[in-house]
Amino acid sequence: MKTFWLLVRAGFRRHSTYRLALLAGTTTNSVFGFIRASILLAALASAGTAIGGYDAPTAIAFVWWGQALLGTVNLWGFAEVKDRVRTGDIAVDFLRPINPQLAYLAGDLGRAGINLLGRGLPAILLGALLFDMAPPPSALSWVSGAVSVVLAVVVAFAGNFVINLLAFWLVEIRGITLLWMITGGLLCGLYLPVPWFPEWLRTIAHWSPFPSMLQNPIDILAGRVVGADIASAVAVQVFWAVALLGLGQLVLRAGRRRLEVQGG
Amino acid sequence: MSERLRPYRVLLASRARAQMQYRASFVTDILGTVGVGLAEFAEVWVIFHNVDVLGGLDFTAALLVFALSNLAFSLADMFVGHLDQLPRYIRAGQVDAFYVRPLPLLAQLMTSDLSLRRVGRLTVALVALTVALTTADIAWSVGTVVLIVLTVVSGTAIFSALFTAAGGLQFFLVDGAEFTNAFTYGGSYAAQQSQQVFPDPLRIFWTFVIPTAFVAYIPAVAILGLPGDHLAPPWLAWCTPLAALLAWAIAGLCWRLGTRHYQGAGG
Repeated sequence: MKTFWLLVRAGFRRHSTYRLALLAGTTTNSVFGFIRASILLAALASAGTAIGGYDAPTAIAFVWWGQALLGTVNLWGFAEVKDRVRTGDIAVDFLRPINPQLAYLAGDLGRAGINLLGRGLPAILLGALLFDMAPPPSALSWVSGAVSVVLAVVVAFAGNFVINLLAFWLVEIRGITLLWMITGGLLCGLYLPVPWFPEWLRTIAHWSPFPSMLQNPIDILAGRVVGADIASAVAVQVFWAVALLGLGQLVLRAGRRRLEVQGG
Repeated sequence: MSERLRPYRVLLASRARAQMQYRASFVTDILGTVGVGLAEFAEVWVIFHNVDVLGGLDFTAALLVFALSNLAFSLADMFVGHLDQLPRYIRAGQVDAFYVRPLPLLAQLMTSDLSLRRVGRLTVALVALTVALTTADIAWSVGTVVLIVLTVVSGTAIFSALFTAAGGLQFFLVDGAEFTNAFTYGGSYAAQQSQQVFPDPLRIFWTFVIPTAFVAYIPAVAILGLPGDHLAPPWLAWCTPLAALLAWAIAGLCWRLGTRHYQGAGG
């Protein structure tokens, strides 16, 4: 457990080196925030009523929490593990006294932490300052929202980790990574809220892990999901976190048996 | 003239051949960019699943705006999108290698790649354009055709200018490379929308500062014969080439500043 925390802190420090990059990320996220907010407000104005449970203040909260969490949750994935599998460096990870999956998870939680502080916080403050944004309705929303954000980071990590491990069997996983990114980007509720989707697409989204990566924490923080519904939103996330982490362990074990490292 | 362009032709042809060597990778990449195009389209479609009109445009009109901006963006992305890689070259000291060759830096960087995989997204845009142009109620004339061609050419020039301006700024930013995404990718995202969704200050920004409104929305108003409004009167569509010129003037300035600032990798 102590090692895990040390690795979390190392991940935090590693990513805090690039401060200009954090500022750049906030800027870009905010520009997209302005555009998305404008679109959603225009759509709501055109409909004349709330759509899918979102009125103007919750829609604004949806947009800005989404932009704020975009850097925190690693939606677009990472290539580090894939590259290490490809070069054989993953063998070194197997020799370490901590399970590779946990080690990378710790690093990713650290990365998420600094991104939340350095990139998410300024974006959400800007959104709250410039727009009429719905705040989290209660202390419960704040607390469960925070838990939900951590779970979102874990789910996104665990999913990407499995994708990365496919490099044990495939020479080039770029196509799969792309497919994951595109479906994920659409179904996680980054562009538009999942409740706005037509019925069939919403069903697909609900059966996928993607809403657990963004839509669920946003809904809790924006106050669209309150009371007992919070419990089910978080439960779904816990399910996906456990399922994908478990799958990762299985794939890791299978990959380990397949791995052949040459040279001495 | 053709003798002077020969090196570029040879370079581009070699890049194109290189990409097609790994057939499976190439096909996956193309399918990937088709997916990106479809995901972008899904966003427009989902909104119109909930409302009939957005920012004064119905679905067909929004589809036209979507198509024009995606067409211009994927063309620009194909030709100069790889200027995005500049921070990597700068950090690795590879820019110096370009400097010792007897061709201009920008021209070399532009021809350093030709991202053929972007034809996927281009195809989505072309299909959307065809559907939009055939289903919309357009009073066809020579003027309309000229305007459409002018729009695609100028739009591509505008996005290319944005990529080039971003490239110039990378010499200063390096680690902060993502800053420029705000107006390259952000600009492309804004260009896909009916500009009427934006409050006036933002509209002025996307029209006169980063002129992405000219890529699709302003010409679409004229093509469809819509009334337009105070910031997008139909006659403004004909100023699209001017916007492209302005964008390129700024891009040239940024590029010049950037390369003047660059001191080399040392060593």
